[in-house]
Amino acid sequence: MIEIRDLTKRYGSFTALDQLNLSLEEGVVFGFVGANGAGKSTTFSILATLLSPTSGDALINGKSVIKEPKEVRKQIGYMPDFFGVYDQLKVDEYLDFYGASYGIGAADRKVLIPQLLELVNLTHKRYDYVDLLSRGMKQRLCLARALIHDPKVLILDEPASGLDPRARVEMRDILRNLKSMGKTILISSHILPELAEMCDEIGVIDNGKLIAHGNVASIQAQLQGEKRIVIKVTDQLNEVRAFLEEDPLISSIDLMDNRLEIAFNYRGTNADQVALLKKAILANLPIYALSEEEKDLEDVFMAITKGADNQ
Amino acid sequence: MMERFYNPVLVKELKLRFRSFKSFSGLMFYLAVICLFIAGFLLLTTEFTGKGFFRPDTSFMMFAVLTILQMALVLFITPSLTAGAISSEREKQTLNILLTTTQSSTQIIIGKLLSSVAFLVLMLIAGLPLYSLVFLFGGVSPSQLISIFLFYLLTVVAIGSIGVMFSTITKRTIVAMISTYGSIIFLGGITAFFFFLTMAFHQMGNNISSTSFMSYFWASINPGALMLTLISPELGDELVRLSGVELPVWITYLIAYSLIIVLCLTIAIKKLRANMKSNR
Repeated sequence: MIEIRDLTKRYGSFTALDQLNLSLEEGVVFGFVGANGAGKSTTFSILATLLSPTSGDALINGKSVIKEPKEVRKQIGYMPDFFGVYDQLKVDEYLDFYGASYGIGAADRKVLIPQLLELVNLTHKRYDYVDLLSRGMKQRLCLARALIHDPKVLILDEPASGLDPRARVEMRDILRNLKSMGKTILISSHILPELAEMCDEIGVIDNGKLIAHGNVASIQAQLQGEKRIVIKVTDQLNEVRAFLEEDPLISSIDLMDNRLEIAFNYRGTNADQVALLKKAILANLPIYALSEEEKDLEDVFMAITKGADNQ
Repeated sequence: MMERFYNPVLVKELKLRFRSFKSFSGLMFYLAVICLFIAGFLLLTTEFTGKGFFRPDTSFMMFAVLTILQMALVLFITPSLTAGAISSEREKQTLNILLTTTQSSTQIIIGKLLSSVAFLVLMLIAGLPLYSLVFLFGGVSPSQLISIFLFYLLTVVAIGSIGVMFSTITKRTIVAMISTYGSIIFLGGITAFFFFLTMAFHQMGNNISSTSFMSYFWASINPGALMLTLISPELGDELVRLSGVELPVWITYLIAYSLIIVLCLTIAIKKLRANMKSNR
């Protein structure tokens, strides 16, 4: 559905995007993660036909953003990170204007607008002026606007930024709904846990380069050379520690006396881990639980971007 | 069929414009100035001179001054209506969304221009009842009035195009506004200055019979000069005689201002999606 090839954007000597390559299937929800200024918005602006790349190309449903921008615009619904609304325009007139801008006939618009307002929970605000809506409502209205021509692809630049927790949950529910409708969705965010929940794939961008791409689990696995394991014991904390210190695959052992827990980094494979557990039980150590500490996406992101900086 | 000519930007702009208090206060200001002028003029010519009657040639005088006044007012108002066309969308952060719709650059620019022109036409029409006073006293032909209104329209579209162009190529409304007023000062004032300058040079050369293209040109692109020749055609004949160029002033004006419209709109359309290489 989306094919980005060697996409590069330079502003003078500054490279905002450096030969970005990315391919996404239809119906995928793709989370674009990166620090501010990493190149997320530049990529989205190019996909939204607002910006020409210096070199490379991007195809949306087979249409090139450079050669057929008008065709691309029919395929995409774009929501920028910062946007304004017109004063003195009511919610239904706002949607009517954009509907007409996409060449949708007056009769069709009349049918569409209530449906879209329902989808984004704004039916009760239909006759209110748009500039009087709250930030979260404006955000949802903008999403409804992006959907008015029934695009296959949605490009949402920071859709949750500046929203309070309730508005964020509402936005997430709407996006889930859109996902179930089969839309291909690209979302950028610097708030990672939100994305992890709903994205099929994640791309991490840093300094204009895509440094990781895959599903959430595979990215985590790819980045976690070591796992962090926690063992819980009933007593004999020091004996367990001495036992662990003998294993060459183990490092960074931390004792948590007050909780009778030991955490350590483990470099071995799953099979190695089975052997270790067996050995521990045979040694009569009072272990009653062993678990892998989940790294959240935030840690992963920090690890990746730090790695990229060091290169 | 209606859908084909439906311009969403035009409809939206008209809606926004007629909902704002600014538009109505502008219209009121415009009509108030004309009313004040007419009342003052009538008082001056009847009461204070002690004549107590109104001759057709005085009526013609009123018509002439009213026409120039209206032209000046229109020139004064047009930039404030058009110079924010694109730059205000940029400032309000609505432009990017508009540019990702399937509307062509041409459609957006024309919609913006027409909405401003429509408001100015409304202004001119709202002033017509005041003009009818001139007919009440006689001295002016309806065909004269019609030609004057057609040239108002041409001038409004041309100045509007200049405003829209500056609004597209400059980032900020205030800059676009200053540039557009600058263009008006050039067309209305500097051209008159150049006209007198070239005329003086020409006459200094002692060859009155030869042609002076430059002085003719400067006079014929000046809206005030055009209005004068429309009000009293003898002035136009005089200019043709003085400069030796056998072309009626209004034709040159029509060509020059049409060129301005085409040029400015082309630049605006090309520059609207400035960050895109292709402009479709």
